Amino acid sequence: MRLAEAWRVALDALRANRLRSMLTMLGMVIGVAAVVILVALGTGTKNEVQAQVEGLGSNLLIVVPGQVSLNAAPAVSRLDQSDLDAVIRIVGSRDRVAVSLTSGESVRAGQRSAFTSVLGVLETTPKVFLRDLRTGAYLTRTDVETGRRVAVLGDSVARGLFGERDPVGQQVTIAGVRFRVIGVFAPLGQSLGVDRDNEVHVPLTTAQRLLATKRVDAFAVKAPDAATIDRLGDDIVAELSRRHPDEQFSAVTQEQILGALGDILGVLTAVLAAIAGISLLVGGVGVSNIMLVSVRERTREIGLRKALGARPRDIGVQFLLEAVLLTTTGGLLGIALGIGVSLAVAALSPVPAALTWWSVALAFGVSCAVGIVFGVAPAQRAGRLDPVVALRTD
Amino acid sequence: MTGPAIEAIGVARTYAMDGVSVTALRGVTLTIGHGEHVAIVGPSGSGKSTLMHLLGGLDQPSEGALRIGGRDVAGLTAAEMAHLRNATIGFVFQAFHLLARTSALDNVALPLVYRGLGARERRAKAAAMLAKVGLGHRMDHKPNQMSGGEQQRVAIARALVTEPAVLLADEPTGNLDSATGAAVLELLERLNLDDGVAVVLVTHDREVAARARRQITMRDGVVVSDSAAPKAARPDDPPVSRAAGDPPPAPDRGIPHQRTSGPGEHPGDDGGEAGR
Repeated sequence: MRLAEAWRVALDALRANRLRSMLTMLGMVIGVAAVVILVALGTGTKNEVQAQVEGLGSNLLIVVPGQVSLNAAPAVSRLDQSDLDAVIRIVGSRDRVAVSLTSGESVRAGQRSAFTSVLGVLETTPKVFLRDLRTGAYLTRTDVETGRRVAVLGDSVARGLFGERDPVGQQVTIAGVRFRVIGVFAPLGQSLGVDRDNEVHVPLTTAQRLLATKRVDAFAVKAPDAATIDRLGDDIVAELSRRHPDEQFSAVTQEQILGALGDILGVLTAVLAAIAGISLLVGGVGVSNIMLVSVRERTREIGLRKALGARPRDIGVQFLLEAVLLTTTGGLLGIALGIGVSLAVAALSPVPAALTWWSVALAFGVSCAVGIVFGVAPAQRAGRLDPVVALRTD
Repeated sequence: MTGPAIEAIGVARTYAMDGVSVTALRGVTLTIGHGEHVAIVGPSGSGKSTLMHLLGGLDQPSEGALRIGGRDVAGLTAAEMAHLRNATIGFVFQAFHLLARTSALDNVALPLVYRGLGARERRAKAAAMLAKVGLGHRMDHKPNQMSGGEQQRVAIARALVTEPAVLLADEPTGNLDSATGAAVLELLERLNLDDGVAVVLVTHDREVAARARRQITMRDGVVVSDSAAPKAARPDDPPVSRAAGDPPPAPDRGIPHQRTSGPGEHPGDDGGEAGR
């Protein structure tokens, strides 16, 4: 029997049981759509995380007290100005070192107020991290050394307090102390659910006075090139450990951050993929089941076809094609549904979704494979039917 | 094609049912020549259906030799048996066995699908054969739009579209009223005479059997009589049932219109009147 003829017969058989065929397909539709959607969401999230981490700048090293671990509480810093000087000595350039002292504070302008992260920083921040200004200027070394009460606002802080007015030259009150706004950051957007535009930068010295402390929370160092990052990290941690023998310090790179996030996303994706896989499996079992019913229902037809000269292979191929047609049609509908849902999610929610051609190809391939794997047993059963017995069946 | 269309020598068939072996045929020797018109009669349980399955290549004997179209079926695979059936045998069943959702034309063309013919050629041959059985005007009708007699004629066209050497009909009139049944039998007789296709009828109806030129009677898995036992004596006959009631070998009765060159080379040539 020619293959085209076998396709026609298979299509005919599916059309004859329209509702049953559609219900059987549903399992495949859901499974394949799940694969496409989950891969799209996983890829989208991964892309975004990567873009954000890389968007911080290149060759970065973050130095924090304590151990960097998912289940460890952040350690309270005992680092201070002298540690900063030591780090600058090791790095060899003040321009490559950024520092932060962070505190959540209420910022007020006139009647409006906002709760933001206030960061005490050095003037070097834009040289270490990628941060562009929308308007005005960043802090200067003089601002830092003289402890001036000047502030650079994040985009959403500026909009919250001043609306569309230009905040540069205006006054804000932070923890009861007046500051003059000298610049506003360009918007960065969300990063892992945190609004990165909701922060205010002030000179480190000013922040220390405001918070009545001498400490700094963390350092960020920009290495001259990728090759020196690890050695630089080791040197800094060693020096800090020498200065604070009873404390631990960690130096993490962007790659390590990405790796850690990748691990989390990987586990998440694996769990979701397993759910999608189970759904495909259930769909496949449904196809197998329906094909067995179909073979039983059409036993007499099989007997007739055999009497007229159909070989076991002809019958087997006919039923296998029917199973494959079921799963691939379901697969195509699932792909369409998956693409639709992915696009809708990306458009209507902050969750990113990135469609990839390989996930669509994979989904289609898997639906073909499910048809073959779960169609083989019923097809073999049909092919092996004894024509005498089959013809006698009512 | 030389030699008989079907030759069975000492054929037995035993089934295993729940561990018990049941013998349906005990050793049957018979020959169906080209162009013959044979009726196999016997009560139910006599083994005539089993014999028909064997003659039609649907089953293989447990013992004895069986040659269909000159080919020994022993050791043939299921695929080879399928090919043999497609090439040599046409089947007509009591219950018609037409595909319900398929037009008369495509039903008739079905055996040609397994011969690997293209759609155009299949349809042309099927249309010619439908015309020949007098259903040229019903080609696109589905089985449920046709009477029983018409359905059986479609089934006959399907059996003959492959130009087989033998047409095996299992109670072809069993589901038809007597007038329609008679018409179907007449059609089979005409095709036998005009095209030279051997017709083997299996029936329990003595009247139907009486219309055939040769009657084979079966009981309890053996042939008890054969009105035209092959003329040639076989000295090397295996020790099987030359049944007690066997008549002496009759002289060849001379079958009119018999063609030894093979049945129906030009399906369009004959029975043109019936097609219109």
